[in-house]
Amino acid sequence: MKLIGEKGVKRILMLTAFSAISALLLIALFILNEGLPFIFKYGVKDFLFSSDWNPHLGKYGIYPMIVASLWVTFGALVIGAPLGVAGAFFLTEYVPKSIMRIIKPTIELLAAIPSVVYGFIGVMVLAPLIRNNFGGPGLSLLAASIILGIMILPTVISISIDSIMAVPQSYREGSLALGATTWQTIHMVTVKASKSGIIASIILGMGRAIGETMAVIMVAGNSVNIPHSPLDSVRTLTANIALEMSYATGLHRQALFATGVVLFIGIIILNSIASVVLRKRAVKK
Amino acid sequence: MKTKFHIKDLDLFFKEEKVLKQINFEIPANKILGIIGPSGSGKTTFLRALNRMNDLEDGTRIEGNILLDEEDIYKPDYDVVALRKKVGMVFAMPVPLPMSIYENVVYGVRLSGVNDSKLLDELVEKSLTASYLWDEVKDRLKTSGMRLSGGQQQRLCLARVLAMEPEVILLDEPCSGLDPISTAKIEDALTVLKKDYTIILVTNNTKQAARVADNTAFFLMGELIEIGSTGQIFTTPNRIETNDYITGRFG
Ligand SMILES: Nc1ncnc2c1ncn2[C@@H]1O[C@H](COP(=O)(O)OP(=O)(O)OP(=O)(O)O)[C@@H](O)[C@H]1O
Ligand SMILES: [Mg+2]
Repeated sequence: MKLIGEKGVKRILMLTAFSAISALLLIALFILNEGLPFIFKYGVKDFLFSSDWNPHLGKYGIYPMIVASLWVTFGALVIGAPLGVAGAFFLTEYVPKSIMRIIKPTIELLAAIPSVVYGFIGVMVLAPLIRNNFGGPGLSLLAASIILGIMILPTVISISIDSIMAVPQSYREGSLALGATTWQTIHMVTVKASKSGIIASIILGMGRAIGETMAVIMVAGNSVNIPHSPLDSVRTLTANIALEMSYATGLHRQALFATGVVLFIGIIILNSIASVVLRKRAVKK
Repeated sequence: MKTKFHIKDLDLFFKEEKVLKQINFEIPANKILGIIGPSGSGKTTFLRALNRMNDLEDGTRIEGNILLDEEDIYKPDYDVVALRKKVGMVFAMPVPLPMSIYENVVYGVRLSGVNDSKLLDELVEKSLTASYLWDEVKDRLKTSGMRLSGGQQQRLCLARVLAMEPEVILLDEPCSGLDPISTAKIEDALTVLKKDYTIILVTNNTKQAARVADNTAFFLMGELIEIGSTGQIFTTPNRIETNDYITGRFG
């Protein structure tokens, strides 16, 4: 009786796991199937490296969007990574554990705020602030970077905290007992021992920044051009798909799927790097 | 005879729990003090009070005073970092830092701003020799300290404390889990070192206290039951609890 129950549970679990994996595979196949033929028909080089995006003239160069996505992601990292990592170290090493037990869930809650709310705040508060202080349209690369920088904070902070807390307390005590200050202990011992987890947290944050769509559409301005300054309006790959998908047909539609292929590959590469880095840490333990 | 530590009416609390109760005694300089007592009697806690490592635990509170060279180490503006440089500690579980043997030894000294490589080289040799480890590791100073055996790691931890040239060395069961040969090496090192240092040795092994300590203190349930010269404690203890413990008649 018990044995049958055990087997039944195993079957159900296997089925769920299998359906999750097959859903993922199906999505991947679908996107590749829709997008890849277009890329080869239009030409890899023209598609990736031409700046001419004019669907009604049959021009599908996504280079400006690639550049914009890279810049927005880079900007988000410049803002979010140092803040997040420093915050994680502050919370683990300087704040009493009892307070930290309240703050960490609060930060993780930030991840649960819908991205449209971030976008809304960006439009209402951040964009006017940028327009009035630095000029330009306000809705810009800079605004997108700042909003995304804040949006990746929960990811960076909570994964960094986990990896910093995984550093054995005995390392800290050993260091402090030798007359090191808390700061010296952090930078001579703790950083080194938690490095791979911190790098992984940044890579995962980066994946989040590349993939974010709604908030970016709301604050980036969305004009297709290669940005020359952080104050320029830009359109990212994700924004491009979301903005045009509703009315695109034929080749245009395929071009958008092809844009998705480019994104998909980029994110797979990032996630693989993150999991390799994390696995290396697990092996070291 | 010079007094190194003077402990006055010391009470120590973890949150609400009183772990040390009314400890009063003096620790003379350049002697080895052995601290014995059953598990949970507060030996480690007392030792960690002497270099303020208990501070790291949230909710620790002390009453009374601990004077080092007649200066209260718990007074508000006391420099804890300087204290820990003066009062070095070897933990019960040997934990080298995640770096090379060489870097482990010079860690504290580097932090104090010494960077002259010739000076550091000499220091490494001197400290590892004093902790009876030099011959075993002199050809692989650049390998990770964590690849050493348990006994070697313990001696490495002693060496990194010696490199700081502290005044006091606290040792918390430095030989638990070590074989008799490694134990003998550490004990040899200690008897040589007491010339220059005040040594406080917590041990679960009463025989070890009898072998190396000049004075011995017996702790029981957070109280200092008895302290005296090692000879007196082990031959004619004044308290029945002490006698029961050293003769092994203790639960
Ligand atoms: N961080 C802590 N928080 C709360 N209580 C603690 C803490 N550390 C120790 N204690 C308590 O203090 C008492 C003394 O512990 P301590 O570690 O000093 O004993 P010990 O004599 O070193 O024992 P052992 O021989 O097993 O190492 C014990 O009752 C223990 O439960
Ligand atoms: Mg102990």
